[in-house]
Amino acid sequence: MELVGLLSFLVFFLTLSGIYAVMALGLNVQWGFSGQFNIGIAGFWAVGSYTAAILTTPESPFHLGGFGWPFLPSALVAALLAAVIALLIGLICVNLRTDYLAIATIGIGEIIRLVLKNEEWLTNGVRGIPAIPRPFSGLGRELEALLFLGLVVATILVVYALVERARRSPWGRVQRAIRENEPAALAAGKNVLRFRLEAFVLGAAIMGFGGALYAHFAGFISPEAFDPLFATFLVWVMLIAGGSGNNIGAVLGAFAIWALWSGTQFMTAFLPIEWAARAGAVRVLLVGLLLQVILITRPEGLLPERPPRPAVRD
Amino acid sequence: MTALLEMRAVRGGYGGVDILNGIDLAVREREIVVVIGPNGAGKSTAMKAIFGLVAVREGEIRFKGQDITNMAPERLVPLGLSYVPQERNVFPSLTVQENLELGAYVRRDDAAAELAEVLALFPVLEERRQQAVGTMSGGERQMVAIGRALMTRPELLLLDEPTAGLSPRATELIFERIRAINQKGVAILMVEQNAKQALAFADRAYVLVGGANRYEDSGPAVLAHPEIAEMFLGG
Amino acid sequence: MLVDLVQLTIFGLVVGGIFALGAVGVSLLFGILRFANFAHGDMMTLGAYLALVFVGPLALPMWVAFPAALAGTALAAVAIDRALFKRLRRASPVILLISSFGLALILRSLIQIIWGPENIVYWTDIVLPWRLGEIRIRPPHVVMLAVTVALVVALHLFLTRTRIGKAMRAMADDPDLARITGIPTERVILWTWALGGALAAAAGIFLAVDTRLNPLLGWNVLLPVFAAALLGGIGKPYGAIAGGFLLGVAGEVSTLVLDPVYKPAVAFAVIVLVLVYRPTGLFGGR
Repeated sequence: MELVGLLSFLVFFLTLSGIYAVMALGLNVQWGFSGQFNIGIAGFWAVGSYTAAILTTPESPFHLGGFGWPFLPSALVAALLAAVIALLIGLICVNLRTDYLAIATIGIGEIIRLVLKNEEWLTNGVRGIPAIPRPFSGLGRELEALLFLGLVVATILVVYALVERARRSPWGRVQRAIRENEPAALAAGKNVLRFRLEAFVLGAAIMGFGGALYAHFAGFISPEAFDPLFATFLVWVMLIAGGSGNNIGAVLGAFAIWALWSGTQFMTAFLPIEWAARAGAVRVLLVGLLLQVILITRPEGLLPERPPRPAVRD
Repeated sequence: MTALLEMRAVRGGYGGVDILNGIDLAVREREIVVVIGPNGAGKSTAMKAIFGLVAVREGEIRFKGQDITNMAPERLVPLGLSYVPQERNVFPSLTVQENLELGAYVRRDDAAAELAEVLALFPVLEERRQQAVGTMSGGERQMVAIGRALMTRPELLLLDEPTAGLSPRATELIFERIRAINQKGVAILMVEQNAKQALAFADRAYVLVGGANRYEDSGPAVLAHPEIAEMFLGG
Repeated sequence: MLVDLVQLTIFGLVVGGIFALGAVGVSLLFGILRFANFAHGDMMTLGAYLALVFVGPLALPMWVAFPAALAGTALAAVAIDRALFKRLRRASPVILLISSFGLALILRSLIQIIWGPENIVYWTDIVLPWRLGEIRIRPPHVVMLAVTVALVVALHLFLTRTRIGKAMRAMADDPDLARITGIPTERVILWTWALGGALAAAAGIFLAVDTRLNPLLGWNVLLPVFAAALLGGIGKPYGAIAGGFLLGVAGEVSTLVLDPVYKPAVAFAVIVLVLVYRPTGLFGGR
C-alpha cells in the first residue's frame, strides 16, 4: 500500500516535471537560442490548455465545446494556435530590444488572462472548464497515469530531438550569431527579423503543446491555474538553473527545480499551523532566493551552453 | 623634459581580444599631439585605454609620473585629465549650462570662473545657456563637449575626432579653438580624420597601424612624408 | 455624456498620478542601470504595507505614516541594491531583468508571509463624496492629487537644483559619459534607488487608499507604469510623469466605449503603439 502510494506519487511528480520540461524546452528556443525574453509563458500555456480543453470536452452549456476530438489532433491545434498568436505578436514586437519585448510579453499574458476570465461563452470565465478527458481513460487509474507519463516522456523526446537538431543546424548557428552580435548578422545579410520570429513562434508552439498536455493531466483548468507568477516564473528558474542554450540543461533544470519545489512543500508541512495559509508564499520566497543565488554565483546554469563545433571554419 | 603622459608597450582590448599590440605614446606639457592611422588601427581604443575604459593587459600608462594604468575615470578627472569621446559626448536632455556644470562635478564648488572662461571661449554658447543640447547643431554640441571637459582645468585634454561629421566651417572653428585652448597651457592629444589640417598645427604626430606604432615625427614632417601622405592623406 | 467624461477624467487624473509616481522611478532606473525593474510594482506594494504598519499597529496619523513609509521604502530599495543588484553590475542587463523578476516574487511572498493574502484597508470609515452638480469628487482623491503635484514639484526642484539631481539626469541620459565626466556613478545609483523607492511607496499608498491593500496591489499596475515610462521616453522623468497622467486618463475614458475589465489592454495597446512608432517616447527623441 505504502509502496503503491509512493509509486503513484512518483508517477505524478515525473509527469508534472515532464510537462515543465516541455515548457523549458520551448523557452530555450526563444531565450537560449535566440535571446528573446518572454515573460508571457503563462499566456501561451493557457492558450494551449484551453484549446485542448475546448476541442476534447463533451458538449457543455457553460462554454464552447462538444467537438469531442481525440488527444493528438487537438494538441496539435493547440500548438498551432499558440504559434499563430505568437506570430501575430511577433510581427509587431519581435524586433524590439530585449527589455521592451519583455514588457510587451507581460502585456500579452495579461490580455490572454483577461480574455479567459471574462469571455464566459468561450471559457466559462473564472469557473473554468471541468471534465477534460484523459487519454487512455478506461484502463484503470494506475495504468492510465503510467501511460500518460509515457506520453509526456515521448513528447519530451520528440521535442528534444527536434530542437537539438535545430540547434545544431545552420539555422541554430544563425540564431546564435544574431543573439551575440546582431549588427554583424545583419551585415552578413541575414534576415534577422525572420530568424527571430521563427524562434519565437517555434517556442510558443512547443509551449502550446505542453499546455495541451497539462489540460489533460489536470482534468480541470481555470484562469487561476495560469497565474503568471507560477507558470512563467518557475519555467524561467528551471531554464536558468539548468543552463540556458543547453537543451539537456533545460530538461534537467525542469526536473531539478520541480523536485526542489515539491521538496519545499514537505518543508512547509513542518511550519506551525498558523503559517499553513502562508506556505505557498514561503515556497515562492525560497525559489526566488535560489534564483538570485544562481544568478550571482553560476549564471550559466548547471549545464552551460556548448556551441556545436562549426561544420566549416570561416 | 619629462612627459606629461606616457604610454609604454600597452597591450589590451575588449573581452580578451587585444586591439592594442604594444603602443608607445608620449605627450609633453603644452604640446599638441595628433594620432592618425587607418580604420581599426586602435586610435580610439588607445584613448579609451588611457581613460580606463578599455582594459590594459600589459604595459603601463603614466600621467605626471603617476601610474594610472586601468584607473577608473572618476579618479583620473581630478588628476587633471579630461576626455571628449567621438560620439555621445554631451548630455542631450540637459541644458548647455547644466552640461558645463556637470563637467566640474568633481570640484565640489560652483566653478563660476571656469564657466565664464568656457563661455568666453565659445561665445555662441553664452546666449544658449538654457537650451537643451539635444536640440543644437553638431558644431555647437562639439563646443559643449569640449567646454564640459575644460571645466576641471585639465592639464591634458584627450579629443577623439573632434571634427567628425562637421561642416568645413565648423571644423575650421573647432581647430582654431583647440589651438586657443592649447595656448592657455593645456596639452592636447587628439585622434583626427581631417589629418591634413590637424597635422599642420600639431607639434608631433603618431601614425598607428594594426594597434602598433608605425611612424612618429613632428606634425609638418609627417604631413610631408610621401608614403604616409599617400596612405592616409589622400595623396 | 459630458458629465461622464468629466467624471472619468477626474478619476483618470488620480490614477494617472499613481502611474506617474511609479513611472518616474522605472524611467530613471532604466536610464541609469539599463534594465526594466520588474520589482517596481512590488516596491509600491511594500510602501503601502509599510504605511499600514504606521497607521495600524502604531496608530499614527497618515500624514506621519506617509513620509515614514516613503523613507522606509527608500531604505529598502537601497538595501536591495547593495545586497543584490550591486553584485550584478557587470552582468548583462538581461540578467538584471531576470533578477528583478525574481525579486518581485521575493518581495510579494514576504509581504504575503508577514501580512497575509487577504484584502486590508487603512480605514473603515466612509467619507461622503462632494457634489458639484452631477459630478462627484471623493475628498481622498483631492488630497492624493494635491500630494502628487507637491511631490512632482519637489522632484523637479531636486532634479534641476541639486548637484546629485543633475548628475542623476545626466546619468540617465548617458551613463558612460557620466563616468567619463567624473560623476561618482555608484552614489548616483544609490540616490536613484532611494528616489525611485520613495515615489513608488507614495504611488502604492495612494493605490491602496483608492482600492485595498493586497499583495498583488503593485504588480497589477506594473503594466501601465511601464507603459507610462515608455510613453515618456526612457530615462526622461518628466516624460514619465506626462505619460502617467495621459495613460490614467486614457484608461478611464476608454471605459466609455470598452468593457472596463479590458482597461489593462489599453496600457498594452499604448505600449505596442509607442514601441513600434515612437521608440524614443512621445516627447521627442535625442
